[in-house]
Amino acid sequence: MSTSDSLHFQYTVSKDDFTHAGSASSDVKNKLKKMNVSAAAVRKVSIAMYEGEINMIIHAYGGTIDVDIYEDRIVMCLKDTGPGIANIEEAMQEGFSTAPADVINLGFGAGMGLPNMRNNTDEFQIESEVGVGTTVTMTVYF
Amino acid sequence: MTIKDFIDTNTFTLVNDGNNHDVELTGCYCCDLLSIAMGHAPQGCVWVTVMNNVNTLAVASLAECGCVVLACGVALDDVFLAKAAEQNITVFKTELPVFEAALKAHELL
Repeated sequence: MSTSDSLHFQYTVSKDDFTHAGSASSDVKNKLKKMNVSAAAVRKVSIAMYEGEINMIIHAYGGTIDVDIYEDRIVMCLKDTGPGIANIEEAMQEGFSTAPADVINLGFGAGMGLPNMRNNTDEFQIESEVGVGTTVTMTVYF
Repeated sequence: MTIKDFIDTNTFTLVNDGNNHDVELTGCYCCDLLSIAMGHAPQGCVWVTVMNNVNTLAVASLAECGCVVLACGVALDDVFLAKAAEQNITVFKTELPVFEAALKAHELL
C-alpha cells in the first residue's frame, strides 16, 4: 500500500443506538492493530472515533463514517444528517454540552466529545449547517 | 501485578473473566463520566466506576483498561454481562464505595 492508496471502510451510525455505540470504532481499532500500527496511534484513533460515534448517536439523526487507511495515516470522515451546530466555537469548548438528561444518566454529556476528538487527532476539521448536518474530518498519522 | 494476580487476591467479586490474565495492571483510575474516562483512563488501569451500562464496557475496551470494578453494589444486568463476555473484559463488583474500592486496588498494586 502506498501513501496514495487506501483501504476504505464505511459504517452506518443510527440515532439513539447506544447498544452498538463503539462498534465501528472497535472494528477500526482491531484492523489497525492487525496492521501493526503503533499502540499510541491506535489509542488516539479509538478515542477520536468513539467520541464521533457517540456524538452522532446523541445529537444527530444518524449518519455514516467513512474510513480510509493509508500506509502512513488514517482519515475518518463522519457525516450526519442534522440538526447541525449553530455555534461551532462554543461547541468546541471543554465542558459545553447540550446533551439531554437521559444521555447524561448514561455517563455522557460532559462536554468532552469534540475536544477529545480535536486533541487526539493530527488534523481536525468541522463544518456544520443548521438544518442540514455536520461533517467532521479527522486524520491521525502513524 | 497482572490481572491473574489481582483476581487471586479475591479482593473483589469476579463477575466476568476476560481471559486477559497476563495483562500488567498499571494503576487505578476513578471516573463516572465516560467521555472523560475515554480521554484519560490509562492503558492497563483498574477502572473503578458506578456506571453500570454497556457503554462503560465500550470505553474500557477502546481505552484498553486492564479491568473494571463496579463499586457501591450497583446492579449488573444480563445485557452488561453478555457484552463483557463478548468483549473479553474482566469485570469485578464490590459493595465498597468508589474511594474505598480504589484505595484497596491501589494498595494491592
